[in-house]
Amino acid sequence: MILHELTIDELTKKLASKEVSSRDAMQACLDRIDNIDNSINAFISLDRENALDQADAADSALKNGANHNDQPLLGVPVSLKDIFCVKNQPANCASKILGDFRSPYDGSVVQKLKQAGAVIFGRVNMDEFAMGSSTENSAFGRTSNPWDLDRVPGGSSGGCAASVVAQECFGSIGTDTGGSIRQPAALCGCVGIKPTYGRVSRFGVIAFASSLDQVGPMARNVSDAATLLGSIAGYDPKDSTSVPTEVPDYVGDLNADLDGIKLGLPKEFLGAGIDSEVRSVFEAAVKQYEALGAEIQEVSLPHTEYAVATYYILATAEASANLARFDGIRFCDRVEGDDPFSLYCNTRGKGFGDEVKRRIILGTYVLSSGYYDAYYIRAQKVRSLIKQDFDQALEKVDALITPTVPYTAFKAGEKTDDPLQMYLSDIFTISCNLTGTCGVSLPCGFSGSPKLPVGLQLLGKPFGEQDLLNIAYAYEQATPWHKERAPL
Amino acid sequence: MSNNDFDIKYVANLARIKLTSDQEDRLGSQLGDILGYVKKLEELDVSNVEPMAHAVPLHNVMRADQVQPSITNEEALANAPKKANGLFVVPKIVE
Repeated sequence: MILHELTIDELTKKLASKEVSSRDAMQACLDRIDNIDNSINAFISLDRENALDQADAADSALKNGANHNDQPLLGVPVSLKDIFCVKNQPANCASKILGDFRSPYDGSVVQKLKQAGAVIFGRVNMDEFAMGSSTENSAFGRTSNPWDLDRVPGGSSGGCAASVVAQECFGSIGTDTGGSIRQPAALCGCVGIKPTYGRVSRFGVIAFASSLDQVGPMARNVSDAATLLGSIAGYDPKDSTSVPTEVPDYVGDLNADLDGIKLGLPKEFLGAGIDSEVRSVFEAAVKQYEALGAEIQEVSLPHTEYAVATYYILATAEASANLARFDGIRFCDRVEGDDPFSLYCNTRGKGFGDEVKRRIILGTYVLSSGYYDAYYIRAQKVRSLIKQDFDQALEKVDALITPTVPYTAFKAGEKTDDPLQMYLSDIFTISCNLTGTCGVSLPCGFSGSPKLPVGLQLLGKPFGEQDLLNIAYAYEQATPWHKERAPL
Repeated sequence: MSNNDFDIKYVANLARIKLTSDQEDRLGSQLGDILGYVKKLEELDVSNVEPMAHAVPLHNVMRADQVQPSITNEEALANAPKKANGLFVVPKIVE
């Protein structure tokens, strides 16, 4: 048995039977990181002592009768995107601007993970302030795709996906504003869930675009992702957009029966622009679903071609307001000036990277006097049209089925000089954030040469995570893709 | 929705971001391309469509007006670039 290869399900069984300890599991992750993270660069920072202390505490709890029914993640090492506030630990959002910032409190997701017994460790790499699709926009260097180190892991939660696939942790928690969980899950070959807006608290998550951001899990299989989701989901009075609905028993209710399930193929997603290998892998996955008993029908989302433009107006507008707090007064590496105005300009000019500057400036412009109605309000109206498309399509079918990304992982540097091309890589994932519905990406095969993972995306109804997990689980049980390991 | 009048200096100033002249050139031209792309939205007739701000069916979420525990003054100032007497220090604002 190689400890770092286990799934969460396998690990918790061995922890419960005392065959292995949480300290062993944590140490296995740290050893793995020592061995391979020089080439992957998933981890921005790591507090080893704190991680091992948490593992020891989990081992004591297990010895004293604590169990995985009450604490589903007891003793399980889970990595966190560098966007979550963990008390007394750094949170940099992969930016220079936050300097030596340490969080004064635990965010709600962190509290929930701790209550579930998880050993939360490390801060994994991302695009600065979650703005990007390749984890290249990081002040801490780029992260590599475990399948091919010259390629990107996707983004912005690229460090999460890479750390899960490189087996440096047993699961990871990321955020998804336009595809930032599903797209890297697809490009690295793991399972990623973007829950319904309001399903998981955003309190203690550094905000990018508040009406689109949602926290979600990344894991090696559907059942592990369901365990993580169940541990972080639920109403939180500290987030006014958190929705007070019951959290199902996602793992206990997993069910691979596709009888009577209808899946919709959005015809607008399958036009030109999809890589031919991705297309054939995707088509095989659709056939597999049919063979498993699902009914496939074509549906239409007529406003799909407007989603990326809508997103880049709304997301940048919200970002320009949210990132105003990084001004060098209460936190941040301050660059002095003669007056507050020049202090702000100097601090932000030095601290933010190019992509963050680009988006704040774009967002400021679309909200500025004379342009607000033409850009921002118009985009909010198109958002309504995109939402109507989804509502109508999801009345006819249980879920939509699409490729997650039009291509496999691209080479580092390939799109960095052309921000618009980078934005278009989110074309299949972005609508789900505008509509606030839920989505899952799971492995559905590989390209031939080079061998790179292809992701299948399922998009569901509001608070329909259980249905999506079941549909994903049925496919996973019938296919070998989730068992493939990156050649490290 | 014309982007001919996109003035990178003016907008960067509104956003409180100091740019080098290189950055002004590069970001200005990239933002011009992006604004050209988002013009796509002009193709749609949205005259009878309500704007959508977010996806949650909740309105006016209130909590009881009660004092709750919060972080201490010391913790709130722990990340301050400059502080004195329990306060954040900033450059002089009023003459």
